[in-house]
Amino acid sequence: MTIDFTFRILGLVTITSPAALLTIFAASALFSSNLSERAQEWLTKLTIAIGLGSAIGILGMMLAFDLRHVPIDIGDWVAIPEEHFHFHLKFVFDRLSVPFVILSFVLCGTVGAFASVYLHREPGHSRFFLLYALFLLGMVVSSLAGTIETLFLGWELVGLSSALLIAYFHERAGPVRNGQRVWAIYRAADAAFLVAALTLHSMTGAGDFEELMGVGSWPEGVSAIDSSAALLVGGLLLVAAAGKSGMVPFSGWLPRAMEGPTPSSAIFYGALSIHLGPFLLLRVSPLIAASVPLQLAVLATGLASAIFGSVASRAQTDVKSALAFASLTQVGIIAIEIGFGLYYIALIHMIGHACLRTLQLLRAPSVLKDYQLLEDAMGLHIGDVRESDASNPRTPPRGLFRFAFERGYLDAMLDRVVVGPFVSFFRWCDRVEHAVASMLSGESSHEPRPVVPYPRSLEDST
Amino acid sequence: MQSLHFPWLELATFVPLVGAIVVSRIDDFDSVRRTSIIVSAATLFLAIGAWFDFATLHAFEAHDPWLESFGLYHADLFVVDELSAPLLPLGAMLYLATIATTLRTKVRRFSFVSTLVSESILMALLSCRAPWGIVVLLSLATIPPALEIQRRGRSARLYWVYMGLFVVCLTGGQSMIGTEDFSSIGVLVVTLAALLRSGVFPLHGWITELFERAGFGTALLAVIPMTGAYAVVRLVLPVAPAWGMQGIAIVSLATAVYAAGMALVQHEARRFFCFVFLSHASLVLVGLEMVTPIGLTGALYVWLSVGISLGGFGLALRCIEARTGRLSLDGYHGLSQLTPLISGFFLLSGLASVGFPGTVGFVGAELLVEGAVDVYPLIGLSVVIAAMLNGIAVVQAYFRVFTGVRREATATMGCRPSERVLIIVLSAMMLGGGLYPQPGVASRYHAAEEIIMLRSDLRAPDEAEEAEEADAHHAAAEKQVTVELD
Repeated sequence: MTIDFTFRILGLVTITSPAALLTIFAASALFSSNLSERAQEWLTKLTIAIGLGSAIGILGMMLAFDLRHVPIDIGDWVAIPEEHFHFHLKFVFDRLSVPFVILSFVLCGTVGAFASVYLHREPGHSRFFLLYALFLLGMVVSSLAGTIETLFLGWELVGLSSALLIAYFHERAGPVRNGQRVWAIYRAADAAFLVAALTLHSMTGAGDFEELMGVGSWPEGVSAIDSSAALLVGGLLLVAAAGKSGMVPFSGWLPRAMEGPTPSSAIFYGALSIHLGPFLLLRVSPLIAASVPLQLAVLATGLASAIFGSVASRAQTDVKSALAFASLTQVGIIAIEIGFGLYYIALIHMIGHACLRTLQLLRAPSVLKDYQLLEDAMGLHIGDVRESDASNPRTPPRGLFRFAFERGYLDAMLDRVVVGPFVSFFRWCDRVEHAVASMLSGESSHEPRPVVPYPRSLEDST
Repeated sequence: MQSLHFPWLELATFVPLVGAIVVSRIDDFDSVRRTSIIVSAATLFLAIGAWFDFATLHAFEAHDPWLESFGLYHADLFVVDELSAPLLPLGAMLYLATIATTLRTKVRRFSFVSTLVSESILMALLSCRAPWGIVVLLSLATIPPALEIQRRGRSARLYWVYMGLFVVCLTGGQSMIGTEDFSSIGVLVVTLAALLRSGVFPLHGWITELFERAGFGTALLAVIPMTGAYAVVRLVLPVAPAWGMQGIAIVSLATAVYAAGMALVQHEARRFFCFVFLSHASLVLVGLEMVTPIGLTGALYVWLSVGISLGGFGLALRCIEARTGRLSLDGYHGLSQLTPLISGFFLLSGLASVGFPGTVGFVGAELLVEGAVDVYPLIGLSVVIAAMLNGIAVVQAYFRVFTGVRREATATMGCRPSERVLIIVLSAMMLGGGLYPQPGVASRYHAAEEIIMLRSDLRAPDEAEEAEEADAHHAAAEKQVTVELD
């Protein structure tokens, strides 16, 4: 058995194991043959063990044979050779992707084990694990992507699973609305990503990261396109990364995302999903290095996010939101590190932060119990409850505190500047269309009020 | 031109017609439904047979073997080519799916006779390349939906106004094409008719009207096969000048964004679906009118993917409406617990329609966007914006229909066997086409080549020279860019 063949087998097993898990869960849902909780948990553990084992095996072989770049070329998924159109499926194991994919497997395994207890006998247990499998596949594909199209594929899977898991408790309107908001932001970020991918494709003739980086494996690659082109593509990718990681000005959705169950909050916004933005920036680091204005843009975005996250986290009234903004602070700092070209430090920071934040978020539901245990042990109150605050709890917050408390008014600004005018314009168009149709047809174009399926809808009850 | 081994096309056209006559003489509604299912299943079988038979010939076009006996060998009737080969089974499948998923409670309101007649017209239309044959069949196809609106006691005036204009423009324009003085005006008028049939802004009023006043099944079958796009390919593309095509592409792009925006603010599920469909149909037109190999391949692929995915999406909505009545999108209905399979299918088909990775729409959307950005670098971005808005609208509709407070239903809300089969088959097609898209793309690329060849054959010599000059200029520019990059 040759080394190349072994690498290929291990690489394919790493990628196909989460795909197999998703297939089993999806087929079970499609054919309405409900898997037991035990079966779901067992399958999840098996998948994680196989995927993680393969990834570690590859890491071991890379260290043993002193290899820094191992491509697994699947070939053309779609090709029109006459038009030089290729959609290439390629995965790369290098010093960026291997740590990130191992991190993904470890944290997904941890969260999977936690969720199996946390969501025991929950009505949406199967739904959670189906979306969890979708997320895991998206993370593995994104981490190992060797072409920008493959990265986009994984990126979208992560986005969909995130939005649907935020709306997990879908009997309440809040989580659903928040899921919808996050999905809308993600779609805008994905649009920027898609345009960047197409631009890169037309500039280099392929979306292959190897073509982009010219000579040298990560992080030593040198951009194959000039600085102005790098600024255009990199700028679009920065928008995509900012949207996915909740960096300024897209930070408004971060606390909304905390509506999901704790395991998904931990895995998405503490650990993995929030780091996908910096991961993308690291993956295209040669582009950033090729353009000084782009470096400055990354630095500015990171700085603004770090300051905003730090200020906002101090005024949050629930532990998950505080942790979300604390994560944003660290993501901002990671972006600053990337802007300064400190790629290894950014990678190590990302891994360390993801692990710490997962632990904190998974402990978040038990934080009061933890405090009580500590207080019992110490025999005193922990924390600084100021008398003035306690005696006058209704004092309206002012200045910077108000800004932090209102989360920088980012959501309100987005509503006022983008959503409001958009909805007003199209509602006006809709009214005009109804009026014209009524006039021409001679009867009201409005249907009789649609029948609501049940006597009371959620809107009535709220 | 080669012959098929069996008269698939004639039979696919006449079987539903004969079926309609038989069904019209049956009184028992259950028998009507059963017979219609058998007839539409036979039609699907024949359409698939035509596709496979054509594929084995490895030819660009083939006609039915009976034509020779009737002396119609050169009449361009009952011809199948790269463009129409997959559209025939797609159309037949949509009819079968709609008929089979009509609940027993709805059999008195749903007109099986009219549906089978429409199916016959569609099969004949997709087997026809003769311009006047297409004109007649497109005109005939406007009648059954109007009759249904009137049968429901609703006003069909607006529909008749639009369709009257369509028929007048189509016949008038077609009669002017080929004349010495009025050929250009004829092309313009036929283009206007094709755009009206495709629902391009601001000529889309008849589609929203149809969805509001006719049955959901009838409206779906009238629009999903995209006969307007078929008219563009057969009647407009071969004769339209380049500037005209660019103009149409820009109007279609504007429609795609406008309809996607409108879908986001709708209060009723049917109107929402109507605008989502309009946006996608416009995207198909954008690709068709770019007339570049990549753009055309993308458009033809999206045509199929939209047929499968939006067909499934619309049928899922129809299944829900059949149980609950017309759905408002103002509240949250909480139906996912009661109909989990339909809810999952609704989401899957909606995402497939907007080109979500791993589904049938993804590759088509990529090709279309690439083609659009190549031809119109800035305006082409509208395709991305339309896709983004459609994606938001689809998930919003999913949340509105399927999330919310769960309530116990007094009647069973679960899937019927025919619905379950439909969901499994369409899901397999959406995921299969998404995970293994190469055969579909290759087939659509051949169809695109065929269309481009036909267009270049029929273009005026001076225009061809201009195009050659433009191509040479483009190639030189590309070469320069490559050298600069090196």
